Amino acid sequence: MDLTGFADAVGLDGPVTIAGLAGRGGPVPGVRCVAAPAGIGTFLPEEMTVSCGAGTPVAELQAALAERGQSVALPDGGTVGGALAVGHAGLLRLGHGPVRDALLQCHTVLADGSTVMAGGTTVKNVSGFDLCRLFVGAQGTLGFFGTVLLRTRPEPAARRWFRSDEPATAVRRRLFRPSAVLWNGAATIVCLEGHPADVAEQAAGAGLVEVEGPPPVPAGARRPLASDDPALVGLPAGSYLVELGVGVVHLADAAALAAPRIADPGVVALHGRLKRLFDPDGRLNPGRAPAGAEPVAIGSVHP
Amino acid sequence: MVDAGLVAELAAVLSPDRVRIGATELALYRRDASTIEGDAGVVCFPLTTEEVAAVVRIAHRRRVPFVARGSGTGLAGGATPLDGALVVVTTKMNRVLSVDVDERRAWVEPGVLNLDLSRHGAAYGLHFAPDPSSQQSCSIGGNVANNSGGPHCLAEGVTSMHVLAVEVVLPDGTVTMLGDPDGEWDGYDLRGAFVGSEGMFGIATKVCVRLTPNPPDVRTLLFDYTDVAAGAATVSAIIAAGIVPAALEMMDANCIQAVEAYVHAGFPLDAAAVLLVEVDGLPHGVAADTERIVEIGMAHGARTARVAQNDEERALIWKGRKTAFGAVARIKPNYYLHDTVVPRHRLVEVLTQVYEIAARHELIVLNVFHAGDGNLHPLLVFDKREPGVMERVHAAGEEIVRASVAAGGVLSGEHGIGLEKRDFMPLMFAPADLDAQARLREAFDPDGLANPAKVLPSGSRCGDISHAPEGAWI
Repeated sequence: MDLTGFADAVGLDGPVTIAGLAGRGGPVPGVRCVAAPAGIGTFLPEEMTVSCGAGTPVAELQAALAERGQSVALPDGGTVGGALAVGHAGLLRLGHGPVRDALLQCHTVLADGSTVMAGGTTVKNVSGFDLCRLFVGAQGTLGFFGTVLLRTRPEPAARRWFRSDEPATAVRRRLFRPSAVLWNGAATIVCLEGHPADVAEQAAGAGLVEVEGPPPVPAGARRPLASDDPALVGLPAGSYLVELGVGVVHLADAAALAAPRIADPGVVALHGRLKRLFDPDGRLNPGRAPAGAEPVAIGSVHP
Repeated sequence: MVDAGLVAELAAVLSPDRVRIGATELALYRRDASTIEGDAGVVCFPLTTEEVAAVVRIAHRRRVPFVARGSGTGLAGGATPLDGALVVVTTKMNRVLSVDVDERRAWVEPGVLNLDLSRHGAAYGLHFAPDPSSQQSCSIGGNVANNSGGPHCLAEGVTSMHVLAVEVVLPDGTVTMLGDPDGEWDGYDLRGAFVGSEGMFGIATKVCVRLTPNPPDVRTLLFDYTDVAAGAATVSAIIAAGIVPAALEMMDANCIQAVEAYVHAGFPLDAAAVLLVEVDGLPHGVAADTERIVEIGMAHGARTARVAQNDEERALIWKGRKTAFGAVARIKPNYYLHDTVVPRHRLVEVLTQVYEIAARHELIVLNVFHAGDGNLHPLLVFDKREPGVMERVHAAGEEIVRASVAAGGVLSGEHGIGLEKRDFMPLMFAPADLDAQARLREAFDPDGLANPAKVLPSGSRCGDISHAPEGAWI
């Protein structure tokens, strides 16, 4: 995996964006485009780690891990780098954890052309500041992932999906560490994983009915929102899907709920200082940085 | 030299009895649980976020460096004040503010003790998963600062995975909320950056922690071996079989003998190693995993597999593990503890080097470690009254750190860098890597007032040494 070539492609001047498989919004239109190295490096099942280029398709990585009964907690589709840069987990986040917890180490190309190694090779590591978590979810506006080392997890012996007509909170109370509890306004959908006999006993105890697989996810918008947020009350059943315990709501119609605006002045100021220190000219993925981190345009509403 | 103006300003926003400059207090707060001694100028005890913010604003205006401190159980000098810094002690902010049972989270103040939080959660069948050996006395604020671990973070992950949001006082006195209790947010992961920042990004004043349901079933096993390598091979084989136990802990012969004499946990005195394995969860999974683990252990040369038959026996085995540090006092009065991490498949090789290094420096070494994580805890035991012994201890420690990093490992698994390992950072990180970490620090603390001179060696920020501390030393 050619990190040097990738760093050279990112270069030192001018706006630049990064393309994966366009599964999560794609590169910034009209901006010079680069692609991260692709390919699986070293998979060590007994260490529960795998290294790969950020341009590796998630599906290709999962297929390789599945041969040894493992997987990585990244959402389906697109590339590994895209999944990390966007930072949105899949439906099993309650059980498998957020995307940011899957990244152990990364080599990231910064706006000044330098390649920075962050994190460590081991699952447990508190050596220095946590740049890995800073880069996850940063939409490629602080640096572009080149190569990464990910934490893998063993696949459970059983994974089954169920539904219940009872409210999701009541269902959740009866289950020990479900991998997903979803609510669409009319029904609760649950994923249970583990030993087949435990899954069966849990499901029977909570009166769950088995279904084929995960429910369709409304594709209009994904919003950070608590599952008991009053804004959900007026929405028609089926037009949304809430992930309990995770703070995510999927909407069929993006206009149904406005995206929350980051308004905390301390956070906005930190965004701005980070962007100025890591990408002072705003080269990387222009237009994608969070509140306070984009150059303020005339008429901007940011404080 | 006491800064009378600073003391008067602090006393006006707190109260005179919570701003201390007596010789006893200054001596007590000039160090943490490491061997490194610093120099505290003033010690203060705020009770609320507003008081912390007022104290930090005063420090910021007067350009006085400040050090946040919880229980002071840190082992890397992270809470050791330098050059007469202001010490901001959070131990009096010790309330559990709320518990949301359905969402399995709690808001706590930073001075709440780790084990007290789990005791508080017990009423709801919940606990706080990170469980460092110091959990009876370490505070949640300290756990956040150090991104603490513990035996059970093999399966449950370290503190960062259990902190949803933190209210912080930034080094300029601004109060802000990082992260979101509901679990997901847009924008940079400032919460993730803050956890583990060793007090250099500000002071946590409220923490929203994730609580973990207590497992319905727990099984604790103890294997013993005539060969350390056989124990380590068992560990790798368990993980390779797709089982992630709740804990995988190992002790070597020296440690077994010290612990056995101390707590009589029933560890075989002639064993070269014992391996403690704990599995938890739902009953069928626990039973299946236990059976498989026993097979794997015996296939890898274990002499016996003891499965704890009841809670008392389980508690006794764990007592043996968790009192290892106390037991060493029976051998020599002092110990020095490292906590490097190496890939599991290099464990035996690095352990062999640890024994060689200790022998070369004529030191006794006990190994008790989180084998599942590859997290070594070699204890060098000594009597500091012996002339020249500290030099040998430090030389051996440095060699252990170098051997671990050379084996593809990292400097610290859970204790942090602080002052102790600051100057080892270049072993693991190139100048560009350190510069990026320094940029992150600068974003949070442009004036370099929060716990200066820790973690990053002087000159880490390329082309900018204006924040290099005066009189930095170890």
